[in-house]
Amino acid sequence: MPFRLKQRNVLPGFNLAMGYTLLYMCLIVLIPLSAAFIKTAGLSWADFWSIVTAPRVLASYRLTFGASLIAALINTSAGLFIAWVLVRYSFPGKRLIDALVDLPFALPTAVAGIALTALYAGNGWIGSYLALLGIKVAFTPLGIVVALIFISMPFVIRTVQPVLEDLEPEVEEAAACLGATRWQTFRRIILPAIRPALLTGFTLAFARSIGEYGSVIFIAGNLPMVSEITPLLIVTKLEQYDYRGATAIAVVMLVISFLLLLLINLLQRWSHQRYTT
Amino acid sequence: MAFTRFLTASQTAPIRRTTTESPAIRRLFIGMALLFLTLFLFFPLAAVFYEALRKGLGVYFAAIVDPDALAAIRLTLLCAAIAVPLNMVFGVAAAWAIAKFEFVGKSVLITLIDLPFAVSPVIAGLIYVLMFGAQGWLGPWLVAHDIKIIFAMPGIVLATVFVTFPFIARELIPLMQEQGVEEEEAALVMGASGWQTFWRITLPNIKWGLLYGVVLCTARAMGEFGAVSVVSGHIRGLTNTLPLQVEILYNEYNFAAAFAVASLLTLLAVVMLAIKSVIEWQTRKARLAALAIRGEPE
Repeated sequence: MPFRLKQRNVLPGFNLAMGYTLLYMCLIVLIPLSAAFIKTAGLSWADFWSIVTAPRVLASYRLTFGASLIAALINTSAGLFIAWVLVRYSFPGKRLIDALVDLPFALPTAVAGIALTALYAGNGWIGSYLALLGIKVAFTPLGIVVALIFISMPFVIRTVQPVLEDLEPEVEEAAACLGATRWQTFRRIILPAIRPALLTGFTLAFARSIGEYGSVIFIAGNLPMVSEITPLLIVTKLEQYDYRGATAIAVVMLVISFLLLLLINLLQRWSHQRYTT
Repeated sequence: MAFTRFLTASQTAPIRRTTTESPAIRRLFIGMALLFLTLFLFFPLAAVFYEALRKGLGVYFAAIVDPDALAAIRLTLLCAAIAVPLNMVFGVAAAWAIAKFEFVGKSVLITLIDLPFAVSPVIAGLIYVLMFGAQGWLGPWLVAHDIKIIFAMPGIVLATVFVTFPFIARELIPLMQEQGVEEEEAALVMGASGWQTFWRITLPNIKWGLLYGVVLCTARAMGEFGAVSVVSGHIRGLTNTLPLQVEILYNEYNFAAAFAVASLLTLLAVVMLAIKSVIEWQTRKARLAALAIRGEPE
């Protein structure tokens, strides 16, 4: 059979649908995104490098990636735990709680930001108790972690939940018959089965966290070198009409985001293979 | 009653002791999960309404009927009303091409559709400033023709379209892939035209998935902050969407008003979640019914 770009099919409308898809995607996504790269290409390499490795920018990377990593790790363990409880146990209000897990996706980030600030400020419901222990959350890097935990919470739960639901009980019964304890069954049977989903959820949560802006700026305090995240630095540079600086940092973030997206795709392909074989 | 029958059926089922934990551990796990969710999920939800109503209903309603707030509500609804249908047409077209046909580069196309999910909202705003801003590629031409995109409504719509770009396509692609092409082929063989096939066969089949995608897309479109904040220019009563109005009020230390406006967005989010749950429930019921017709166990 000769090589062809599209296989024969009796259904109509491929050219129209495909043409519209590509046109719309180019106009909305690809051409505007390329603007960032073309703008940066106007900079010399030395200029670009000095912008993206300035001390204030480096501090913002450390904070953004560090806080995102901590939040994603906390959400991975808590998410596995919550998914487990939602799938395996029954308790009153379970369906309501299951529905509310998606709240961070539906709630505007600015609303999440001011609500968390009100809670974790020194006079807030949670903040006042933490203050007694000498822990300050709002207006410190710790507050950033709290905001990122909130906005990226559903990812791990929602990737692990369907895999846990489809797990065959026979395998666990077999393990129990062979004398395994619950913990051994979990570690040797269940954990390997859900590992790809866990990793996918972790990467999704991490990728979402490094780009987050709305919820963080309210709770962070936004001090340069201390509690200033990279997306905020981009906005600050834009407000000072430093388009070159803003775009150069944006390009660094974009490249990292693209790599993470690639990783997520590979992970999903891996989990799909594992799941179907 | 069907409901009680279901209950007794599950209660009389034998408990598989080998594949669950002891009651004490179960209770401990449920408690820990609920504690985490309470601290990080339910408290923030409750805090919005508590702070909004703390100074009384008078202050609450005054904040909402404030002319700037009403203008923000109008702008937010208008932007969503433009952005969501645009992405809906794109989502259906992309899903039709991807799910119903085999072609080279399909996985690359799917990855490209996901791209806006990976981009920081701030960068989504920035790229439109680079395109249409006064210093941008098309800036001089736009100024010469007196067209405002950045710091005006078109820019807000564009930024909203960008951040909500994948939602509907993402819902429809797996759904339409699962449904296959047999029903459409049968309709075509019986002499239906392409559009007839689409309206009578495909659209009824994907209606719940489409609605689901539209709900997610609308929620995000109305709540987007970062991207819109970069392109809006924050002109009160003109280019302020609801989330930006929340920020302005908050930064003026007008907390009661900020939380009042925020409570509107929160109610919206809760309504969206409710609709989403109903759709999930509907599709599960439809799937179980389909399995029952085919005589397959769940």
